Amino acid sequence: MLAKRIIPCLDVKDGLVVKGVQFRNHEIIGDIVPLAQRYADEGADELVFYDIAASSDGRVVDRSWVERIAQVIDIPFCVAGGIKTEQDAQTLLLMGADKLSINSPALSDPSLITRLTRQFGQQCVVIGIDSFYDDNTGLYQVHQFTGDEAKSAKTTWQTIDWVKEVQQRGAGEIVLNVMNQDGVRQGYDIEQLSMVREHCNIPLIASGGAGTMAHFKDVFEQADVDGALAASVFHKGIIDIQDLKSYLRSQNIAMRK
Amino acid sequence: MTLDAQTADAVIIDTGCANISSLKFALQRLGYQILVSADKAQIQSASKVFLPGVGSAEFAMNSINERNLVGVVQSLKQPVLGICLGMQLMTEHSIENDIDTPCLNLIPGEVKRITAENADHNLRLPHMGWNTLENISDSPLFSGITGEDYFYFVHTYCAPINSATIAQCDYGQRFSASLQNNNFSGVQFHPERSGKAGAKLLSNFMELC
Repeated sequence: MLAKRIIPCLDVKDGLVVKGVQFRNHEIIGDIVPLAQRYADEGADELVFYDIAASSDGRVVDRSWVERIAQVIDIPFCVAGGIKTEQDAQTLLLMGADKLSINSPALSDPSLITRLTRQFGQQCVVIGIDSFYDDNTGLYQVHQFTGDEAKSAKTTWQTIDWVKEVQQRGAGEIVLNVMNQDGVRQGYDIEQLSMVREHCNIPLIASGGAGTMAHFKDVFEQADVDGALAASVFHKGIIDIQDLKSYLRSQNIAMRK
Repeated sequence: MTLDAQTADAVIIDTGCANISSLKFALQRLGYQILVSADKAQIQSASKVFLPGVGSAEFAMNSINERNLVGVVQSLKQPVLGICLGMQLMTEHSIENDIDTPCLNLIPGEVKRITAENADHNLRLPHMGWNTLENISDSPLFSGITGEDYFYFVHTYCAPINSATIAQCDYGQRFSASLQNNNFSGVQFHPERSGKAGAKLLSNFMELC
């Protein structure tokens, strides 16, 4: 039986793991490699590393940490941030990344999804979507360049339309980050995730809002996502991964031992 | 001293389009000396050979053809382990995106898209994540590995079960999690990314096969 995945997310800025609240005020959590190793040892099923400044800065980033992570951990990991070309993708895959998550560059040039899928296979192309619920319009809207407060902007895409578009272009997985819930630990946005799930035939990962172990149970049971991503609850020691996985197993949710 | 096939414990074939580093690092963590090479002589003189793979069968076979490695791989007599797409390339042919790609023809069988014939409507592709194995044979490759162990899978295409199947997986349909024919074996999952269970399988291949 295919297990549901627990995925700690490590936001990386200038080679360090950081955490912000609703994408702002980043505080330093620690060095990348020891944290990655610790999560792998504790039973994380996968890791995501978001180089949060890379897309918005437009700079060439030093990604030598990807190879250092690949050397020490024995679970899959995904690298996100600033991957704009086939060459970027090739470099990261050769360094040992298993998957690449594309967000802002895919919005700027959707054909990038198709090109990456054709060359490297659907399985390693993950699309990250930053979705914001606008109270005024009642619409779910995709945002771009969220790593930089000054450049972060609403796109013309509504979330469901973009979800359909990236699947048509061959994306292998979607990470849906609900911006309203990011870092506030009030629970995943079940309503939005369930709506996206109905239109998503590839693996769907929930991101944004995890605060308690019950939030994970709710998102797996109610939104039927394939994985749940979280950052602060793990970084701050609020939830222990082993405890979380045994709790979810006791709730009859398939978890890797 | 420069590492060559004589001093290395195994050679990973450099197919140019594969995720080779993670496999090399996994074997190095187990203490092995690993050489990555597309050189005919190096590959032929290796004691163990890995054929890794990520991407599409068409792309990978083009890459192997361009490097003139088809005959080299086919002539190997030492244990060879194909991983993920590498295992699929060991079969007779692969039908991916409606393109029929002739493969290395080392293990009977073919590769097709996973179908959901026995599944509920919730089956999603790619098959991505940690899954257990079923009907594990008593092959040395699976020594000490049971149906309780989880392995990491990422694929949309699979080899149906046939006489060469030595372990199965169930996702929508039953398919070959592992194939073996003579000195050629392959696994559909990624042992290099499958935690302790994956390390056990790699160590079995290095020590028992």
